[in-house]
Amino acid sequence: MNSENKVLLQVINLKKYFPVSRGLFTNRQTRYVKAVDDVSFEVFDGETLGLVGETGCGKTTVARTILQLYRPTSGNIIFDGIDLTSLAENELRKIRRRMQMIFQDPYASLNPRMTVGNIISAPLDVHTDLGGKEKQDKVQDLLRLVGLNPDFVNRYPHEFSGGQRQRIGIARALALNPDLVICDEPISSLDVSIQAQVVNLLEELQDRLGLTYIFVAHDLSMVRHISDRMVVMYLGKVMELADRNEIYLRPRHPYTRALMSAVPIPNPRKARDRQRILLKGDIPSPLNPPNGCNFNTRCPMAQAICFNTDPEYREIEPRHYVACHFA
Amino acid sequence: MTNGTAMKPLMEIKNLTTRFYTQDGVVNAVNGISYTLDPGEILGVVGESGCGKSVHALSIMRLIQIPPGEIPAGEVFFGGRDLLKLSEREMRMVRGHEIAMVFQDPMSSLNPVYTVGFQISEALMLHKKMNRSQAKVRAIELLNLVGIPEATKRFDNYPHQFSGGMRQRAMIAMALSCEPKLLIADEPTTALDVTIQAQIINLVIRLQEELGMSVMWITHDLGIVAEMVHRINVMYAGFIIERGFVDDIYNHTLHPYTMGLLGSLPSIDEAPGTKLISIPGLPPDLIALPEGCPFFARCTYRVEQCHQERPQLENAQEAGHTVACWRWREIQGFGVA
Repeated sequence: MNSENKVLLQVINLKKYFPVSRGLFTNRQTRYVKAVDDVSFEVFDGETLGLVGETGCGKTTVARTILQLYRPTSGNIIFDGIDLTSLAENELRKIRRRMQMIFQDPYASLNPRMTVGNIISAPLDVHTDLGGKEKQDKVQDLLRLVGLNPDFVNRYPHEFSGGQRQRIGIARALALNPDLVICDEPISSLDVSIQAQVVNLLEELQDRLGLTYIFVAHDLSMVRHISDRMVVMYLGKVMELADRNEIYLRPRHPYTRALMSAVPIPNPRKARDRQRILLKGDIPSPLNPPNGCNFNTRCPMAQAICFNTDPEYREIEPRHYVACHFA
Repeated sequence: MTNGTAMKPLMEIKNLTTRFYTQDGVVNAVNGISYTLDPGEILGVVGESGCGKSVHALSIMRLIQIPPGEIPAGEVFFGGRDLLKLSEREMRMVRGHEIAMVFQDPMSSLNPVYTVGFQISEALMLHKKMNRSQAKVRAIELLNLVGIPEATKRFDNYPHQFSGGMRQRAMIAMALSCEPKLLIADEPTTALDVTIQAQIINLVIRLQEELGMSVMWITHDLGIVAEMVHRINVMYAGFIIERGFVDDIYNHTLHPYTMGLLGSLPSIDEAPGTKLISIPGLPPDLIALPEGCPFFARCTYRVEQCHQERPQLENAQEAGHTVACWRWREIQGFGVA
């Protein structure tokens, strides 16, 4: 991965607020969950961008808003020079074939009444006018590509294990030769040894097909493994963005430091030597985020300024962005 | 504990076997496992879904529903008696009192219609014969002990008013209420965020040191147990396939499956572009267990003998390190895959 690559996707000042209605019969929408609050980043062609953070940090909302599955409250999403936020549904459909998604739950994301063949060819039905035979060949190629037996086309999802189902989901996402694949926690419901199989497959496919990934996850060690750059989110905002090694070796934001120190190390000696930064308390409700910096309720370094002023998200070194007064 | 040989074990399990009768056939969930647990020891039980790690814990607690379950063989010696031979009434005095358990999902383990405080007091009133006000005082102490802020106020909260991490703390408080000699924690942090997981791990380590109980930590994540446990049982298809002190398991790994599990985890200082070592294939069907080594189908080092005969746990060089593999001596020569 080199930084001179062209920008495939730009997310500019993205906001997504969800209204919360109060009362059972009245429908006053007075409050908002600021799921994504002013998020900007770029994705380079051919890279893997890791998007990490804990529950409620807005990582999945960012992913879904990029695909316009949610329409943003404000902000722009520029995909290959086209602003997706200004497109109408029918224009969006044309461009969606270039952006696909792999979902978290391989049990819920495959229709139990459809055969594997039908599941994988569904995107081909919508977006292409391939004939029956061509479609069949394509489906078998895709099954082979993800390491499944092409004779499985007539089987149903329940006949497969979690890891195999996730491969079916990957085959479906790749059916239209997309440029960008958003992987929303694709391995978090799988067993450890199967996780490694799926991650290896994703990496192999990227090399072979030149895919760009946005990899959403809360498992930092796996994200660090697969990503070229990482975005750390907390309560709807980006806390830090940098190259994977930079963010791992020299994290500047206190939240990133705490996150990194919480990653389990599969080596007893190193694990014992490591100094853990334990955060106090829980993540505040996104309905009611604190004033000033979002992280101030748990931050070990918080000063008076953190409780009044929202820190500016700025580039402190080339390619390293942080939102903290003291970074 | 490291000087464990002279100590009398807290629990000794011999040939524990658990099966389930289902429509599709007999599921061999736990297949004759034996081990000992010392007082004050933290034991990690590691394995993937369906390896029998939870079922073996539930069998110890006699929480397996019979039928469809059955414990056709085995002994669980705890406090000088075989738990599997106790009457249900006697067993009820063991559960919660001598052995307590914390489960994966704290929301479904707490009763949503009672306050957290009441649920903790209940155990104290039952096992410790306290009256309501004594139990309340003790329950608040326990909530303080597990790090819940404003414990007096929180005593009257319902589970939905607690966050996931706080619910798990409350569950731990409840488990500790009768000062058990053994705490079984079944994937207690799997549903939690990483920073909260770190808090809970720290809490359990601290409580173990303060209270001196034994802990059995069941998990699928070899990363989590590395820093907290003394010994590890690695389970596969209902068998213990490797067991030893934590440093030996990680640094002198003997079983190909354990090697594969460790290889599946990204290392902290790996070079960019490093490939993960994945284990090909899937775990065996527990209804039709292979006759030979259960790991045969997925093993890189398999030979004909592995197909024919099932290997038993045998001693390796290090004290307390055992492995069930025909070829562990040779494999060591190949270096870690």
